[in-house]
Amino acid sequence: MSVEPATVKRVAGLARIAITEDEAARLAPELGNILGWIEQLGEVDTSGVEPMTAVIPNHLRLRDDVVTDGNVRDRVLANAPQGDHGFFTVPKVIE
Amino acid sequence: MSDLTDLGVAAIRDGVRDGSFSAREVAGAFIDAVAAAKPLNAFLVETPDHAIAAAQAADDARAAGDTLRPLAGVPIGMKDLFCTQGVETTAASDILKGFVPQYESTVSGNLWAAGAGMLGKLNLDQFAMGSSNETSAFGNVVSPWRRPGDTAPLAPGGSSGGSSAAIAARLCPAATGTDTGGSIRQPAAFVGITGIKPTYGRCSRFGVVAFASSLDQAGPMARDVRDCAIMLEAMAGFDPKDATSLDLPVPAWEAGLDANLNGKRVGIPKEYRVDGMPAEIETLWQRGIDWLKDAGAEIVEVSLPHTKYALPAYYIIAPAEASSNLARYDGVRYGQRVLPEGAGLQDMYAATRAAGFGDEVKRRILIGTYVLSAGFYDAYYTQAQKVRALIARDFEQAWEQCDVLLTPTAPSAAFALGEKSADPIAMYLNDVFTVPSSLAGLPAMSVPGGLDKDGLPLGLQIIGKPLDEQGVLNAGLAIEQRAGFVARPGKWW
Amino acid sequence: MTESTYRIRGATGDWEVVIGLEVHAQITSNAKLFSGAATAFGAEPNTQVSLVDAAMPGMLPTPNRECIRQAVRTGMAIDAQINKWSRFDRKNYFYADLPQGYQISQLYHPLVGEGSIDIEVDDTTKAIGIERIHVEQDAGKLIHDQHPTRSYVDLNRSGVALMEIVSRPDMRSPAEAGAYVRKLRTILRYVGSCDGNMEEGSMRADVNVSVRRPGDEFGTRTETKNVNSVRFVMATIEYEAKRQVEVLEDGGRIVQETRLFDPDKSVTRSMRSKEDAHDYRYFPDPDLLPLELDDAFLAECRDSLPELPDAKRTRYEGDLGLSPYNAAVLTAEVETARWFEALLAECGSDVAAKSAANWLISDLYGALNRLGKSIEDSPVSPAQGAELLRLVADGTLSGTLSKQVFEIMLETGQDAGAIVEERGLKQTSDTGAIEAVIADVMAKNADKVTDYRGGKDKLFGFFVGQTMKAMGGKANPGVVNELLKKALD
Ligand SMILES: [Mg+2]
Ligand SMILES: [Zn+2]
Repeated sequence: MSVEPATVKRVAGLARIAITEDEAARLAPELGNILGWIEQLGEVDTSGVEPMTAVIPNHLRLRDDVVTDGNVRDRVLANAPQGDHGFFTVPKVIE
Repeated sequence: MSDLTDLGVAAIRDGVRDGSFSAREVAGAFIDAVAAAKPLNAFLVETPDHAIAAAQAADDARAAGDTLRPLAGVPIGMKDLFCTQGVETTAASDILKGFVPQYESTVSGNLWAAGAGMLGKLNLDQFAMGSSNETSAFGNVVSPWRRPGDTAPLAPGGSSGGSSAAIAARLCPAATGTDTGGSIRQPAAFVGITGIKPTYGRCSRFGVVAFASSLDQAGPMARDVRDCAIMLEAMAGFDPKDATSLDLPVPAWEAGLDANLNGKRVGIPKEYRVDGMPAEIETLWQRGIDWLKDAGAEIVEVSLPHTKYALPAYYIIAPAEASSNLARYDGVRYGQRVLPEGAGLQDMYAATRAAGFGDEVKRRILIGTYVLSAGFYDAYYTQAQKVRALIARDFEQAWEQCDVLLTPTAPSAAFALGEKSADPIAMYLNDVFTVPSSLAGLPAMSVPGGLDKDGLPLGLQIIGKPLDEQGVLNAGLAIEQRAGFVARPGKWW
Repeated sequence: MTESTYRIRGATGDWEVVIGLEVHAQITSNAKLFSGAATAFGAEPNTQVSLVDAAMPGMLPTPNRECIRQAVRTGMAIDAQINKWSRFDRKNYFYADLPQGYQISQLYHPLVGEGSIDIEVDDTTKAIGIERIHVEQDAGKLIHDQHPTRSYVDLNRSGVALMEIVSRPDMRSPAEAGAYVRKLRTILRYVGSCDGNMEEGSMRADVNVSVRRPGDEFGTRTETKNVNSVRFVMATIEYEAKRQVEVLEDGGRIVQETRLFDPDKSVTRSMRSKEDAHDYRYFPDPDLLPLELDDAFLAECRDSLPELPDAKRTRYEGDLGLSPYNAAVLTAEVETARWFEALLAECGSDVAAKSAANWLISDLYGALNRLGKSIEDSPVSPAQGAELLRLVADGTLSGTLSKQVFEIMLETGQDAGAIVEERGLKQTSDTGAIEAVIADVMAKNADKVTDYRGGKDKLFGFFVGQTMKAMGGKANPGVVNELLKKALD
């Protein structure tokens, strides 16, 4: 399967990974190979098959509506690369 | 008395209990071994204080006449995918450099509660993505094994390569691993040790850096089956903090060990006889069959018709989940931030993630993003989950004919570092035997079966029914007793 | 059902506006949807945040039963299909208020399927289709005005449970959209699944607007995000519809985009920051299993539903004989209905429901308006109101006197009976006393008596007034009438 460098750039953009033109050109055939390889899945007749939702039979448990957490601001912020007055901070966003 | 570092989990536990040696002595011996093994690059962080404190607690408890906890006096290694409170946890990625969790993973917490101490955090493939440990941002682990007359560094397997190397080199008697598509079993096979991935949901994923949530499962690695059983008993258990955790009691696996396989049926899946499989692997597999027969089992040929599609399905599902799981590494709340001059928020994300993630991680994020993106989702992801359902169905049908399956663990012995890193697909093919059971969430184990012509270890894999870790361990024990695997790497580091 | 005739008059003819709303309603719960952190409004930044909400490595979501329960009850309240099997999906995008890099939501298999809500505009009832209700997490908050070059991130709201209630594009005017939001809010508040507090952001709407020539296919829509009042929803539609008509009439094309409403200028503008976020790469959240509900759970949800506004209104009109207007007023807010029903219970059979309704709507509401209070903090309790109404019903108080007593109740908090007792405000039917006063009034107004007897019937009212005044308002008006007639005729 052939993947264009432009496709690589678009996908990298979606994934928020900055890549250079050179990297895109290098990655394009690499991703093309991998995608081409996984495309053999198309051969499998899956008509009438439900996609798997739970690996091992198990059902979703629901928690009681009780406050058991929070009030740990110091721990929440302990690893912040940048913060101020109890907030995380990021470059100014213009909405 | 032999070197304390030659002892396994059970021997240390029993020796501390009966006073043959103190836990402090054990901890000291392993701490020294770790400190002397820098060339292996197995440890990212050494935590001698943690190991000593746990050992002291064990010795104090014994002195006070208290009942010792199940792992009292046993120092272990912790794969650096488990978040450990107050100890840097990076998943071997630059993006988490300096990250010090304010919490403990459930599995590591269970081990500390059982009395174990931590020698340090073990190196791994970055975010557990890899089969050779070459994707670590902090340098690859080097296997303690070498080919005879050759100093070329070999891969310890991956992603739990730090764990496998450390155990094989006697730097710790046991370690935690995680297995997404074979990351416990393949490295165990590469270095001649034992490792088990339990049924999906047995071990809590809470506090384990996520790779692919529907596949990730923690498990122990150790030198023999009994030690794995002891470790797994401590690690496993229901955790309300993980919605996929199984709400079931933890069986007494160690007490249940029994190598007599009378009345058991062992399935040999014919589709695992892949093209180009080395004759040595074929031979080993046949030897495994003979051993299990000798243990009383009946051998039956079974068919798992969708085996061939397991790897491509895995390489859709795992990257898709990873692309989303790794979105949180954005430089805002923890880890590294790269902020180019004048960059806005989105540019900061892109720069941070470009600098913080290694090539393999980026490759998988891009694949995962691609297969989930508009217009491709059904063709790739939905189809892969359907194929996954078919693979699970194959196993269910096999269980009508047999109790466990026997296969080789990996298609080859350990390869040299650098040998496969240029070709991602060649690297991915390493997991061909381990991935199907991961997709189906089944318990599976690798035990050493023998050596190849270069004197490198080869592993046999036992796959069991859901929740039947005992059946897997017992078959493993039967092989272990007959294989008589005693080879160990010569110390060169 | 009549179609709306609301039209935008363009230079080239009339345009019809088509509106669909996605309302995000905060589910009333103590803890968040997937973590044990609190949800209370107005806390210090980042204090109601667990390590799960901050998306620390290895943290996992565990769902809150109450949030699921409230969404199911809401679905039942709009007669929607409840899906016993649903699933959470991840919606992936990058933003500083979204710590995980994805929102846990439901795209493919929502908890609640199709239902509908009746609205009333210009005395016409119209059913607005509901496509679905799904449960999802709220995002955190960004604060932009604290620092010249940085935005501040507060994750207190991160992970709070929301219901997204998605309507069909069934509305055709700002008035219909306004009525829809108001009705939805009423239902949520009756059910108790959302407090409906729009100022605190408990309810906000994404407003989808398109225009077309009447009868044509749907046009391209824009989505204006997070509009947080009924008035703004209507203003958004008015502005957006006009803007789109202008673009189209100028030969332009409408781009499907996300917009923002500026309440200061009453305009919408394109939201550039989210422009490239359209490929959300939804897929089932592998940290969570499918959500399967059993019959017992659903039965509890259904059994715990209160009487809903439409049913209540019908009952007020039918069983209680209230006017449609009164029934509508009394059922519009759950607190009013609750107060009214408490009042009725206290009144027992002594007071007609109609009288109680009238008193609540005119007297009590009038007083509350004056005092700037809501019915929940009314200074007069339903029991006190009932006592007052009973005194009117049994003739102890006249209408005038009752108003006087009510004023004193509001001021002092005293009970009606005590006030009547203490201040001697009892209405009198003592014929002797009344006859004496009548005689006095007639003596002082001999000329008017002559005029009355000469045929000026209208003067009867004058004598009633004079008598009542002289009695200090305490005379029973019926008795006064009777005795005056006797004396004058
Ligand atoms: Mg929306
Ligand atoms: Zn939403």
